[in-house]
Order: sequence, then structure tokens, then C-alpha cells
Amino acid sequence: MILDGKCPTGPIEQSWDKHRFEMKLVNPANKRKYKILMVGTGLAGGAGAASLGELGYNVHAFCYQDSARRAHSIAAQGGINAAKNYPNDGDSIYRLFYDTIKGGDFRAREADVWRLAQVSNNIIDQCVAQGVPFARDYAGYLDNRSFGGAQVSRTFYARGQTGQQLLLGAYSALCRQVKAKTVTMHPRTEMLDLVVVDGVAKGITVRNLTTGQIESHWGDAVVLATGGYVNVFYLSTNAMGCSVTAVWKAAKKGAYMANPCYTQIHPTCIPQHGEHQSKLTLMSESLRNDGRCWVPKKKEDCEKPAGAIPEEDRDYYLERKYPSFGNLAPRDIASRAAKEQCDDDRGVGPGKRGVYLDFADSINRLGQHTIAARYGNLFEMYEKITDENGYKQPMRIYPAPHYSMGGLWVDYNCMSNVPGLFVLGEANFSVHGANRLGASALMQGLADGYFVIPYTIANYLVTVKPGAVTDAHPEFKKSADEVKGQINKLLSINGKKTVSDMHRALGKIMWNNVGMARSKQSLTAALKEIPALREEFWKNVKVSGSGEEFNQQLENAGRLADFLEFGEMLAKDALHREESCGGHFRVEHQYDDGEAKRDDENFCYAAAWEFKGNDKEPELHKEPLKFENVHLAVRSYK
Amino acid sequence: MNLTLYVWRQKGPKDLGKLEQYEAPNVSPDQSFLEMLDDVNEVLIKTGKDPIAFDHDCREGICGMCSTVVNGRPHGGQDRTTVCQLHMRTFKDGDSIYIEPWKAKAFPIVKDLVVDRSALDAIQNAGGYTSCHTGGVPDANAVMISQPAAEYAMDAAECIGCGACVAGCPNSSAMLFTGNKVAQLAALPQGRPEAKARVKAMTEALKECGFGNCTNHYECQAACPKGIDVKFIAKLNREYIKSLLP
Repeated sequence: MILDGKCPTGPIEQSWDKHRFEMKLVNPANKRKYKILMVGTGLAGGAGAASLGELGYNVHAFCYQDSARRAHSIAAQGGINAAKNYPNDGDSIYRLFYDTIKGGDFRAREADVWRLAQVSNNIIDQCVAQGVPFARDYAGYLDNRSFGGAQVSRTFYARGQTGQQLLLGAYSALCRQVKAKTVTMHPRTEMLDLVVVDGVAKGITVRNLTTGQIESHWGDAVVLATGGYVNVFYLSTNAMGCSVTAVWKAAKKGAYMANPCYTQIHPTCIPQHGEHQSKLTLMSESLRNDGRCWVPKKKEDCEKPAGAIPEEDRDYYLERKYPSFGNLAPRDIASRAAKEQCDDDRGVGPGKRGVYLDFADSINRLGQHTIAARYGNLFEMYEKITDENGYKQPMRIYPAPHYSMGGLWVDYNCMSNVPGLFVLGEANFSVHGANRLGASALMQGLADGYFVIPYTIANYLVTVKPGAVTDAHPEFKKSADEVKGQINKLLSINGKKTVSDMHRALGKIMWNNVGMARSKQSLTAALKEIPALREEFWKNVKVSGSGEEFNQQLENAGRLADFLEFGEMLAKDALHREESCGGHFRVEHQYDDGEAKRDDENFCYAAAWEFKGNDKEPELHKEPLKFENVHLAVRSYK
Repeated sequence: MNLTLYVWRQKGPKDLGKLEQYEAPNVSPDQSFLEMLDDVNEVLIKTGKDPIAFDHDCREGICGMCSTVVNGRPHGGQDRTTVCQLHMRTFKDGDSIYIEPWKAKAFPIVKDLVVDRSALDAIQNAGGYTSCHTGGVPDANAVMISQPAAEYAMDAAECIGCGACVAGCPNSSAMLFTGNKVAQLAALPQGRPEAKARVKAMTEALKECGFGNCTNHYECQAACPKGIDVKFIAKLNREYIKSLLP
């Protein structure tokens, strides 16, 4: 089937304004009659729930953490982009739009990206009004820094904790609505199924993580803002609880999964130290403003301390390969370049899987004090984890799974192919194409939550009679029974391997075969190994305790069960996409210099997969991508 | 290294709890404290025992989910460190480690080391915000904010809401937590119009939730994984007194 994103037509500059006018509105007096379920309370979900509550809708918000303030948006460090052009360096909505399309390797929808760039400026205004303490210059104006993939300074930041401050801003807006009783919070609650009645999303089945009780919630619309899926790699920069579960349950109820193979491997993470590691820690991309990436030119120098390697024997490989962007090359490119050096046996540190990120030049030029003021908390974090001082010797970094550009397919209104099911933020596929630029995730989350969903959801709700379907409908009981059935099954296996053992095994398959470099051979291997591991999981996993209590092993087992199904779809998408673009690198498709080789003739589309069952092939639906405002070109940062 | 752990085990909020002894063999100095607990749990699961429940999520010291008292000190007492960022190299072979939950009337125990911190949300719900509408706000640079004021607000806003300040305080006071939000918003022009109402409402919620008062022990500052200064409690008190004046 050919999918239609239902994008507005006409000049792109007017597309969002025109669309906003054309959409229908819900009368203020009728808004409270509509119940909206918001799953996830990160930047997209928190901002969305607060804004919808303020408009007068009856909002119920759900999160698995003990408070809405803890969603993983909080861990974003570097900043948020906006086209304000405060530094007078040539930025504009058009430039942010262009950079994002190009950064995504021409695999995103133009209209969605335009809207994102347009509302980016409103986001900064909103956050300042909430009391977000962005960095300021001595005159009292907002300060900016640079990020990868852009030649202007458009990134607003709050020390190394921008995500935290923006999330706390959204959380404070949410608190205001909780007090006003327009939003009801359900913390420590995990969505375990989507309830679909006659093809329309009408509710969710959740597990109360404190008591273990399975509950049904009905709503006139369901909004998923449940983040990304890179914990499919086991080790990633995501929080331990981040999962594909909510998204995957929706996919199993008919929502299409778009471009799952677009995963972002972030170049600057602290390298892995051992087998028992539970997660990887990101070091903000902003460090590349002042840090220089290098490896020794000679293999025999790799064991020497960094200080013993003279300047002429160092290979500043990003500056060498990409002179115009240098250390601020986009993430996919910087990650691949780091892998290239390590594959060439010139990596540093344990296992030689690491490259240096060196601040010596910046410290000489600006002084340690200035570097500490900019990134002090990151240096501190680095030292806590590695026991090394980043001011005195270069940091060691290596790429790690960080973000998923793919997600549930949505139209221009952020609605999936299942009517009534909306998807926001990282959980959808819409704006980042095949690679996301730094400081754009925060921008998308807040854009979707504050400035998109409040308008587009009304256009859907006017077509629905409020409360027409409630949890009295038999589909709710059916869904709850299915969820209970899966929980009982997990608890009854009583095998020999723990959930962590098996998650680690899945991670190895994914990282080795579906990671930074993919080939037909590696993907075919993964497609054999994943179903085998899944089968073993259902025979040999051990989950202790019961379902009617606080049981973290049971939570993890359910999440892993979904990763074991979803991972296969990710690999299938990667196998089908016979081109290299952004974060998806197929070794068969590269130029002589190792750059990614896109195939616009055959793959200029979003691939939306319809799940048909574990033993059947998913069906591919295509949404062709049209580029009317940006010229399709080879993406070069040289 | 090999360690002996004494861990608080409690089935549920109404059950009696007690310290139980576990061995943690072959601990690597590069492991984080929670990764060490993960390993202990793996053994418990494989031998059919109930693993130790503890809260955690981001494991990079920012989400505020982890909440464990280690050897009598919230987050283990290493300067500016959450327990998820505490690394085992700070312990020695043969050490005994006592691991307990946050203990405060306002934080009922859910299971083992997991507590219910919804009281912190209740304080924030009472007034920890500016009442701006989505959309209807001026340009971000329309109101200038002096750099020191922005920095002061940021110092307070770094709070991760973990509750270590409460766990460390002999009175189980949440005045540092509350002071952080009051001070952040009071320092900014956007927060001034509601400053009086905010400090009154948040202080009222503080009392209702069962937190104690501040008697200047400064244990909160010592326990805070972000090293937040007690000056924000003084600011809370000043703002409160100002709110009583006409």
C-alpha cells in the first residue's frame, strides 16, 4: 500500500499556518467531555499532557517511573536548537529546515521538518516563561553554542543539563494542571497493551507496578510519547527502563512501524569497561566544540600514554576528512569515522575500542577555568566513571547506541494509521530522517507536545462522540486477559537463564550484526539468531516472584520479550534497505572514500512495516518522499 | 574484591523488615554500586530467591530515581555523587556494607529499598511553577535576566528530586528540596508575580506531607548529590516571611 502523509500543499512557508486554519476546533465547553490518555511524561508527553490539560481536556498521564519528572529526556545534556538567529550569524527557519533535512540524509518529510523549524522559536519563548535558567551573557541576553551538522550557533543550553531543565519546565507545567485537576497522574504504571475497538484506538491496558494489578483505561484518543528503542542493543545511553513495549504493543495491534533500521550511534560515549556493565554513558556532543578527536598515526603508538605521542604522530581524523565541519561533523559520520580508525587497529584504551577527545589546545587557548565553566559536570562525570582526569589527559570515547530515528508511522497530524492513536517525540519517525542532528531531539519533543498535538488532536476529536466507547466494552476485558496470560506464562517458565543474561545475548547479536556497519551477511545471520534466542527465552527464562506484587524482574522480562520480536523487524528493515543513509550503513553501499552511498532512485521512501505475527513476514507499506524545497544531493561535510 | 552486604529486606509497606546478609564475590573496582547489586541479584534469581528491589533508571546521576542509604549515608556519602555513579573502587576488599532505604515518615516503603516519594510531587504540585500559558508568552529575549541571577537560579534548579536531603536530615525535612524551587523562581522576573502565593502554598504542602522543619544541621547539603547549598533554605525562609507582609 502507498501511504499518504496528508501533508498540506502549496508554499511550504505557509503550510503549517494554512493547515492550522483548516483544522477543526473543539468548542471550549465540550473539551472537558473528551478523555485523552497520554503515555509517557518526557518532553513530548509532559508538554503535551500539560498543554492539553490547560486547553480543558480531561487528561490521564502515565509513566513507569515514580514521578513524571524522571523521564529519560532528563539526561539530554548539550542543548536545544532554535532558529532565533540571536547571534546574527545567518540563521533562519529555512536554514534550520535545510540543515535538518540534510542532516537526516534526505529521508524525512519536508512539511514536518518545516513545521519543526518554525515552532522552534516558540519553544525557547515558552521555556523562558516557565523559568528555565538558560545560559546568558553578561548583558542578560540568551547565549548560544554550536552543535554538529550546523555552521551557525543556534543551540540554547543550561550548563550540561539542558534536558533536565527543559523537562523540569514541562513537569512544572504538568504540576500546574494536576493541581487544576485537568490532568490525573498515574506514576509507576506501565502500558502493556493498546485497546482497539472496530479499528480505532480507544484505550490501554496497564500494569500498576506497585501492586501488580492489571487495569483498563478508556480514552477518546490515545497518545504515545514513550521514547525510543535502542535498548534493543542492551548497552546504550538510554535509561534502564526505556523500552519498545508501548510502541510494539501498538504495532501488534495494527500500527505501522516506520524505518526501524534508522538508529543513532552517538560518537562520544565512555567506552565499555567490562562484561557486567549495565549501561553506557554519553558525553555531550557539545564537547566537540572544544575537544579534538584523534588517534595515533602509527599502530605501535596505541599502547603508549597519550602525552608520549608527539603532535606529528597524531591523526586528527575528523579535521583531516571533513575540513569544513571538522570535529563538529554530524553524529553518524563522526561515529563511523571513529569505528574506521579502530578497525584500522589504531584505537586506544582497553581492547583498542576507543579514540581520544583532547582538550589540551582549548585549555591552552582559553584556560582550564573556561573549559570547566562550559563542561565541568561532564569532566566530573567522566572522572567518576573512569577514574581519569580529562583536564590532564585526553578523554577516551567510543560510539554507543543512543537514539532511534525510526518509530511508529504517523501522518502530518502525528496520528498513526490506527485512527485515534497519536505518537509524539522519539516514539514516532517523522522529522529526523536517517540521522538526527545534535540538540534536535529536545526540539522535536517539545514541538510535538506544546505546539503540534494541541491543534491536531482537536481535528480528530471532532469526529468522535466523547465517551462513546468505555472500558465496559468487551475488547478491554479481552486485552486485560491477554496481558495476564503473558504475565502468567513468563512466571511459569522457571528456566535457567536470567532476563539480563538473555538481554545481553540479544544485545550482542544486534551490536555485532545490526550495529554501525551492516551487510547482507551480518543481517541474514541476525535473522537466524534472533528467532532462535526468542524461542530459547520462552523456554528457558527464569522470572521469580508473582505478578501481584512489585516485581522488577517481571517488568524486565516483558520488555525483553518485546525487544526479541521487534529486533527481528529492525534487522529485516535493514536488510531490505539496500542503500546507506544516515545511521544506516550497509557496507555494500559506499563510495571509494567510505562515505555512505544513498540510492534515491529506489529507496527515497519511508518504509512502514505492518506486523503480521512472528512466524509471518511483515508487510511493507511505502510512503514516497517528495523534495520540492530542498534539492536532493550527496550529503557532504567536507 | 569480596564484600559482605547487609541489605534491608521488606516484603511490602505493612510487613516488618530486617537486615539480611549477602556475599558479593569478585567485585570489580570499575563496577558501579548498582552493577554490584545487579550481580548479587543474578545469583539470588538463579537460586530461586527474591532479588533485592531498588529504584534506578538513568544510571548517570540525573534522573533522581536511585535512592539508597549506604553505610548510613544517603547515596553513600561520596561528594556530589548519586549511588548509581558511586563506583566500587571507593571500597576495599573485605568491607562490610550496610544498604538501607530512605527512611522518613513522608516516604513509606514500597518494597526493600524502594520508597514512595510522591510527597515531593505534592509539594511541587502546590505551586512549583509559573502560571504561563502554552503559547501566549513574549519573545525569550524580551526580558533580560542578569547573568548572576540566571546562574543563581540554575544552581537551585540543579536539584534532581531524589530526596537524599530528606533521608539525610535528622528531622526528615524537605526544606532544601522546596527551597530550591522557590529560590529558582523567585530569582527570575518570570517567577516574581506569584512568589508570595507560591511560597505559602509549597510550605503548606510541606507540612501536610509530614516532613519536619529545618534546625540547621546542614546534613541535606552534605547528602545532596548535586551539592546544593543550604543558602536556598535561607532564601525559602526570607521569601516566606516576605509573603506574610502586606
